[in-house]
Amino acid sequence: MATIEISGVSKIFKDAKRKSDVTALSNVDVTVKKNEFLCLLGPSGCGKSTLLNMIAGFDKPTAGTVKVDGQVVEAPGSDRGVVFQQANLMPWLPVWENVAFHLKMRGAMKAERREKAQLYINMVGLTGFENHFPSELSGGMNQRVGIARALLMNPGVILMDEPFGALDEQTRMDMQNELVRIWEEHKGTIVFVTHGIDEALTLGTHVAVMSARPGRIAELIHLDLPRPRDITSPRFNDVKRHILDLLRPSGAAHG
Amino acid sequence: MASLMRYGRPERFIVPVLILAGWEMFSRSGALPPALLPAPSAVAWAWADWIFNIDGNTQSYAGHWIFDVMASTWRVAAGFAIATILGVALGIAIGWSRLIEVTIEPTLQMLRPIPPVSWIPLAIIWFGIADKPAIFLVFLGAFFPILINTIHGVKTVDRNLIRAGAMVGGGQHQLLRFIVLPAAMPSIFAGLRISIGSAWMLTVTAEMVAVKSGVGYVLWDSYYFLRYDIVIAAMASIGLLGYLSDLLIRMISARVLRWQQGTTLSGSEG
Ligand SMILES: Nc1ncnc2c1ncn2[C@@H]1O[C@H](COP(=O)(O)OP(=O)(O)OP(=O)(O)O)[C@@H](O)[C@H]1O
Ligand SMILES: [Mg+2]
Repeated sequence: MATIEISGVSKIFKDAKRKSDVTALSNVDVTVKKNEFLCLLGPSGCGKSTLLNMIAGFDKPTAGTVKVDGQVVEAPGSDRGVVFQQANLMPWLPVWENVAFHLKMRGAMKAERREKAQLYINMVGLTGFENHFPSELSGGMNQRVGIARALLMNPGVILMDEPFGALDEQTRMDMQNELVRIWEEHKGTIVFVTHGIDEALTLGTHVAVMSARPGRIAELIHLDLPRPRDITSPRFNDVKRHILDLLRPSGAAHG
Repeated sequence: MASLMRYGRPERFIVPVLILAGWEMFSRSGALPPALLPAPSAVAWAWADWIFNIDGNTQSYAGHWIFDVMASTWRVAAGFAIATILGVALGIAIGWSRLIEVTIEPTLQMLRPIPPVSWIPLAIIWFGIADKPAIFLVFLGAFFPILINTIHGVKTVDRNLIRAGAMVGGGQHQLLRFIVLPAAMPSIFAGLRISIGSAWMLTVTAEMVAVKSGVGYVLWDSYYFLRYDIVIAAMASIGLLGYLSDLLIRMISARVLRWQQGTTLSGSEG
């Protein structure tokens, strides 16, 4: 019942100008089952975004295959909601239009879009900002609009690229709890990129620890810690110590 | 906001008032024959008669101003509208599709350096002496700035926005309509503002040469009759019309691009 199957995936970026190729990913195998929450954890530049972009369909692997629900990924599609590292909102649309952008593409009427948008705006805690433009919101608020936009599509798979990177500690914790709540309620498969160990251990059912140059998965860890996760518990810290050990020898652990 | 604030400031009138006063005194001093450089008061008098038919001093033009203005405005509007529709449509096609770009762009780039006024002989041969050659010239002058700016706008659309659009399930057609077009709007409006200036310039030129009506025709015709007061009144009318049409575009632009407020530098206030 695998939702995402990544087998033998390598990605080489050809750099024509500098005549030096970058091997972003080398022979990555990973499977994410339905309703699993996989966190991709690793140092900067280890290929997390690259891997996520290939699942999203923005990029094609140089070798190997990426399948979602048994289908080889060819292009982006609304079965996979993406929350980008930068919010990537349409600056000319107010918040609610951005949230309901999926419905606009499908030609839905304004009343329906407005109503549906409100639901998700409330969910991410932006009630009252419906008619603001992205330039009038903080980075963290924009990020939440991006999350609401992806959730509204009700996709089977949600791909998130460091979505909480721009948030302050308090809001980040709130958003993490909210995300877990939404995920437990609605189910769905999530791939979540982060370089925060605590964040990965708070959220995931699985953590794929990656190493850099070339990017590969060092270890796939199954987390059976009880929820809500207690980041001060001994078991939490055992796993954390193990991951720190994994990251350390790579040399670029804290990039 | 800034433009509203400017209206409350009296210092903006100082320079125009000084120029007008100096000009009036110079004309009355008799250094030049009054017919060669009519005083502002004489121009105002002629202009008023042209508009309201006060004492008939502008003879056949008296009371005719509104019709001349409408004739010119119609030519500008028609040529400008055609240029906008074609320029934006073609600009989006060229900016979006590499194939269309290599097929059409070289030809357009060869036509672009030809000054629109040099088309006047052909325009007269093709369209005769009436509205059409003027509209054709306006179109030529307005088309290229709109086209070039639209192409630029489309090519500089943030690739990540297109990705976001594809992610929410947009096809090619929807991406163009809901992302590329709105994202290119600031550039398109920049093109429109450049074009409206050329549009007035070319209408007046065409009216001086190839059309027997409009403000440009009055200007040239009164030159033959040595009525320099009417010539200057016509110049001022053209300036006014150009200013008003630019203002109109700026107002539409401020409305369409209101999402940009606060994101762009719009001149310092003080
Ligand atoms: N479009 C591209 N062209 C060339 N090289 C690229 C491109 N995208 C990524 N790379 C390279 O691939 C490697 C992995 O990049 P990637 O963006 O996937 O890293 P990341 O793990 O997401 O890092 P971060 O945590 O900083 O976001 C980097 O070395 C980067 O330089
Ligand atoms: Mg990244």
